[in-house]
Amino acid sequence: MRGRRSLPRWAEIGLIPVVNVAIAFLFAALVVLAIGANPLAAVRILIYGAFGYPDAIGYTLYYTTNFIFTGLAVALAFHAGLFNIGGEGQAYIGGLGVGLVMLAFDTTLAAPLLIGLAILTGAAFGAAWAAVPAYLQAYRGSHIVITTIMFNFIAAAVMVYLLVNVLIAPGSMTPETREFATTAQLPFIHELLALAGITMASSPLNVSIFLALACCVFVWAFLWHTPWGFELRAVGHNIQVAAYAGIKLRRVTILAMCLSGALAGLVGVNEIAGVHHRIILNFPAGYGFGGIAVALMGRNHPVGVMLASLLFGALYQGGAELAFEIPAITKEMVVVIQGLVILFSGALANMPRPWLARLFSALPRRARTPVAGEA
Amino acid sequence: MDDWFVFIVLILSATLRVATPLILCALGALFCERSGLIDIGLEGKMLAAAFISAATASVIGSAVTGLIAGILIAQLLALLHGFACITHRGNQVVSGVAINILAAGLTIVFGIAWFKQGGQTPSLPPEARFMPIEWPGASALRNVRVVGPLYANLVSGHNLIVYATLLAVPLVQWIVKSTRFGLRLRAVGEAPLAVDAAGISVTWLRYRAVLICGLMTGIAGTYLSIAQNAAFSRDMTAGQGFIALAALIFGKWQPLPVFGSCLMFGLFDAVAVRLQGVHVAGLGEIPVQFIQVLPYVLTVVLLAGFIGSAVAPKAIGVPYEKEH
Repeated sequence: MRGRRSLPRWAEIGLIPVVNVAIAFLFAALVVLAIGANPLAAVRILIYGAFGYPDAIGYTLYYTTNFIFTGLAVALAFHAGLFNIGGEGQAYIGGLGVGLVMLAFDTTLAAPLLIGLAILTGAAFGAAWAAVPAYLQAYRGSHIVITTIMFNFIAAAVMVYLLVNVLIAPGSMTPETREFATTAQLPFIHELLALAGITMASSPLNVSIFLALACCVFVWAFLWHTPWGFELRAVGHNIQVAAYAGIKLRRVTILAMCLSGALAGLVGVNEIAGVHHRIILNFPAGYGFGGIAVALMGRNHPVGVMLASLLFGALYQGGAELAFEIPAITKEMVVVIQGLVILFSGALANMPRPWLARLFSALPRRARTPVAGEA
Repeated sequence: MDDWFVFIVLILSATLRVATPLILCALGALFCERSGLIDIGLEGKMLAAAFISAATASVIGSAVTGLIAGILIAQLLALLHGFACITHRGNQVVSGVAINILAAGLTIVFGIAWFKQGGQTPSLPPEARFMPIEWPGASALRNVRVVGPLYANLVSGHNLIVYATLLAVPLVQWIVKSTRFGLRLRAVGEAPLAVDAAGISVTWLRYRAVLICGLMTGIAGTYLSIAQNAAFSRDMTAGQGFIALAALIFGKWQPLPVFGSCLMFGLFDAVAVRLQGVHVAGLGEIPVQFIQVLPYVLTVVLLAGFIGSAVAPKAIGVPYEKEH
């Protein structure tokens, strides 16, 4: 507390997050050194691999799309003081919703209607999967962290069962559904650009990224410009005061978790309707947990989430390039970086504060005058 | 009749083998959580220990050295959890998630860099593993009715860690319920302020709790890679850390019920393996996923208060801030 007071506001908002992420990357560099590779060379290859050529950018933005959805999901729940660790399961079930709509109507409905319905269903399925833990927390007092973890495993088992026993394409050996008709496939960005006469290398990047950006705007508008968003943040900020002000805590818990689950469920739109065009196993592939790192790094703000998602998207794509160029480094290095970011931007976020406070108090007096109002 | 008896004995024996890492892990986490710290990083600690113990055992060729290395790495991660949550009062859930993700990444990155086998460690020879111990007379007694299969398959034929785990259960019960340390541990999870006021260090108590948790999850991880299996393979914990967490909650943070829950969840697993593709009279084929998912569903139902109630230690998840 004493350390906090002596820090100016800009350092609180701008400097501490940067220092936290810098420490995380410093440790990542140590890991790279430990396996006998050159971290600087690795960074160079990584940046080239993520942005250096046209289809790399497409891949980077495709990964970014998923991280925006799950990052927003975690961030929104954080604002209500809830830790939604179940993004993985919600994304999985959301993808099921998207896929079921596509399988049911891909030959009967027109494309715009079909896609609209699929998006809504995906969000609804994700929301429903989050609603159960939310209800249990709000009305039965069970801990949201534990129930959402359990729901991740339950979702995985449900999906394996459905794909192996129910939804599998007749005659198929792999547990996946039939491919959707072309009306049910979201347009790829390179296809759209080709229509406009611009050639772009093909990549899995599809129109879902616009949905992701729209979600950023929605979350920002919802949290800071609606009464519901205000109530949600009030509960997250101080639950006693919120209760005293007459905010219905249970309703806020359920609303926050449903919106969070809906956002996570939209990963299904990008993956199932946008890229795979069928329901497959394990498509959330860690994006749900990645969302935690994204939200912590982006300080739970949509703009921060966007930037952090772009960074992780670049790491995913650049990491693949890195694994190709330096065989000693594997693409799981990105998982290590995620873990380090969660550690230093999350659990150890307060660690550098006393150091910085000491640094600031050591600075000459004149340099500190603009922040006198803060103390 | 005899066939059924042997079948049941074999299932129970498999249950014991599957439940061993769960018991170690859940009892370790019991110390951590009873001291007031949430620990969802069990999976990560176990995975790291499984990797380091198999790596050490394959390089040095000794199972005991592997065990020590496994324990040390798990304790290191446990200390990291303590450093973040006790010293820096960070978010305990976030710290646990970080440890899980870090371990998932690091074990593969180092596994591939060191052994170049796609994340696996080299297959271990019997001398570098904890092998099943045949009790005296087991093979001679095998054909005796009832006693034979029980002695040969259930009592004899497990490895050292399984027997040590069974001894650890009453030991943990005694430590938690009857020693001064256990009393203080339980107190610090309920009312840390009172413990502090009595002149006992909350910090030191909680650090000891995470160290014990590291010790036991380290043994659990080692069991997976050099006792139950002969090598480490990527993501080999496969959610067992979370099943152990479920068992801890299902056992209401009490040593003996936790032990019972682990055995029950182990039994589900042992049965699920044997029911694969088997037609059960009147029910048809039971999907394996249905049985695999039971621990999670039961825990959710219990937490929701539909079957009894699970009350966590009162101060759990709340960082302790010392007043001056």
